[in-house]
Amino acid sequence: MAFREPHDLHKRRWSRNLGLGIVLAVFVALVFGLTIVKVTNDPLRLDNGQLKPASALDQGGN
Amino acid sequence: MTDASFETQTETGEAQFGDYVALLKPRVMSLVVFTAAVGLLAAAATVPGGVHPFIAFFAVLCIAIGGGASGALNMWYDADIDRVMKRTSGRPIPSGRVQPEEALAIGLTLSGFSVVMLGLATNWVAAALLAFTIFFYAVIYTMWLKRWTPQNIVIGGAAGAFPPMIGWAAVTGDITLASVLMFGLTFLWTPPHFWALALFMNSDYEKAGVPMLTVTHGRRTTRRHIFAYTFPLAALAIGLGFTTVGGPIYLTAAVVMNLLFVKGAWDILRRDEATAEADKYKVEKRYFAFSLLYLFVHFGAILAEAALRPWGMGGW
Repeated sequence: MAFREPHDLHKRRWSRNLGLGIVLAVFVALVFGLTIVKVTNDPLRLDNGQLKPASALDQGGN
Repeated sequence: MTDASFETQTETGEAQFGDYVALLKPRVMSLVVFTAAVGLLAAAATVPGGVHPFIAFFAVLCIAIGGGASGALNMWYDADIDRVMKRTSGRPIPSGRVQPEEALAIGLTLSGFSVVMLGLATNWVAAALLAFTIFFYAVIYTMWLKRWTPQNIVIGGAAGAFPPMIGWAAVTGDITLASVLMFGLTFLWTPPHFWALALFMNSDYEKAGVPMLTVTHGRRTTRRHIFAYTFPLAALAIGLGFTTVGGPIYLTAAVVMNLLFVKGAWDILRRDEATAEADKYKVEKRYFAFSLLYLFVHFGAILAEAALRPWGMGGW
């Protein structure tokens, strides 16, 4: 199988394609990390996995 | 796109990844990151259980990207001004490396992305504040105030002052006196900071037709304005020391820094243009550099108070 010589355009745009690839990979990692944190810190559940009673629920953001 | 257009791109310089990063104004972003992180950590120190480190990191990242997005929108709209000014002529759009439409697309995309992600990660109060900050900087300041009034940076300074408030809201979901005063600190600091810069960068703004105070009202008036602003700033900065984020470390730092800041403004006020030109604006340049340290020390002291709180030492 023969590989063609990369076009000049691809050579010139190598840095931005690589940069964009890294940014997208980081984005995926961040969303994955956020999901894990949100799921393991569910304010609606107690440590044993049971749902908290309504009276025990905190107000606010996190 | 034809081959001919590729050739044109090469002649003007192909955009590299760094050019797109430059659109986000990384130096401004560093101030945004620092003040937002301080606001967030100060709030976390006052909330039982604090905040998860990953959420904190993610929130600051979103605020930074939102700030960067507004920077890209600013560069898109201000490309004509940037082309004329020596300080900004090397930016990606005036130098031809990035097309204006690309900057607009990046600015809008990152704006939406940062606001939605901040809302999902923390709460919608923080997200709304971030959205308002982007709108304020890109529309109110860049499109309206900057070219219209010499009070442009006074009102426009609000955009750079919001990050600690957003950081605070990301943890508490709330706007409180402490977060409003942290906003006020940067808000009142901005005019003397930028006017000191304008005193020794005057010709640039004049050439671009930006109505800076130095251009419309002269340098004498600008010197008076710098001096006048240091008093409400000092009162607010010291007042912040008595809120939930303050403490003995912050208060000591605030008193010392504000005395020096007023003294520096007094030195600027006493000088005339002949003296300033003779020593190449040495005092004004020193004051500008000190103003950066001023803000860093204030927010650094708030951070120190928050960091010492778990050991029962920070705060009152």
